[in-house]
Amino acid sequence: MGVVFYLISALAVGGALATVLLKNLVHCALALTVSFLGIAFLFLRLDAEFVGFAQILVYVGAVAILVVFAILLTRAAELPKVGVFSKTWIVGLAIAAAVFAVLAWAVLRAGPWLPNETAAPQVTVNQIGQALMGRYVLPLEIVAALLTAALLGAVIVAMHEKVRTK
Amino acid sequence: MIATPLTGYLLVAALIFAIGLAGALTRRNAILVLIGIELMLNAANLNLIAFWRYGPHPEMLTGMMFAIFSIAVAAAEAAVGLGLVISIYRHVKTTDLDQMNEMKG
Repeated sequence: MGVVFYLISALAVGGALATVLLKNLVHCALALTVSFLGIAFLFLRLDAEFVGFAQILVYVGAVAILVVFAILLTRAAELPKVGVFSKTWIVGLAIAAAVFAVLAWAVLRAGPWLPNETAAPQVTVNQIGQALMGRYVLPLEIVAALLTAALLGAVIVAMHEKVRTK
Repeated sequence: MIATPLTGYLLVAALIFAIGLAGALTRRNAILVLIGIELMLNAANLNLIAFWRYGPHPEMLTGMMFAIFSIAVAAAEAAVGLGLVISIYRHVKTTDLDQMNEMKG
């Protein structure tokens, strides 16, 4: 495990922590972008260049902008007087801590049996395209239909309600 | 302590997942809950890519394809989810989940 891995992980985890803990929602969105960027760097470090750049395009580019739009449209940037955390925050924190404890226990227990450092797989975008158009063509088409439906659905859901004509 | 690189990536993914879960469960604002769900989806993608990278057959691209489709579905989910939050805000003039305690519009 190199220093680079720890630095990138600190970026991703620190961004995620700041996202959850900061009070101002616009700051949360910025921290979220940093976290997405850290995860994209982790993808690049795992030799998954295509997924890494897709992550930057989709998450850092599109989802972060979408979140900022939603925050500004709902005027959520103004700080609420009652605090940002829910009344039952301690239960949520306990559940999250328990989930992390179980996951970390399982990973550390399985540690000795996990595969060690292997040679970096040589995957070109050409191969990914061949796989998408060959073996995975049905999921690709379904995702295309899903994205179209989600686009239309999001517009219809968020559209202003028309005044009903009598 | 961390024996293999895969262990490190899995631990980071578990940590990000737990942070996202904590955000989704403890914050009042509906947008922050969606952000927490996005963080959890990203942690799952990190797991998929890590297992693809250190698995026995990375040339089969299975884990990578799963992650690509997961990113596409998560993008659709984010668009619809934020649209729903904006629509709810128009109805009840708040995004505070503790104040949304009735099903009637």
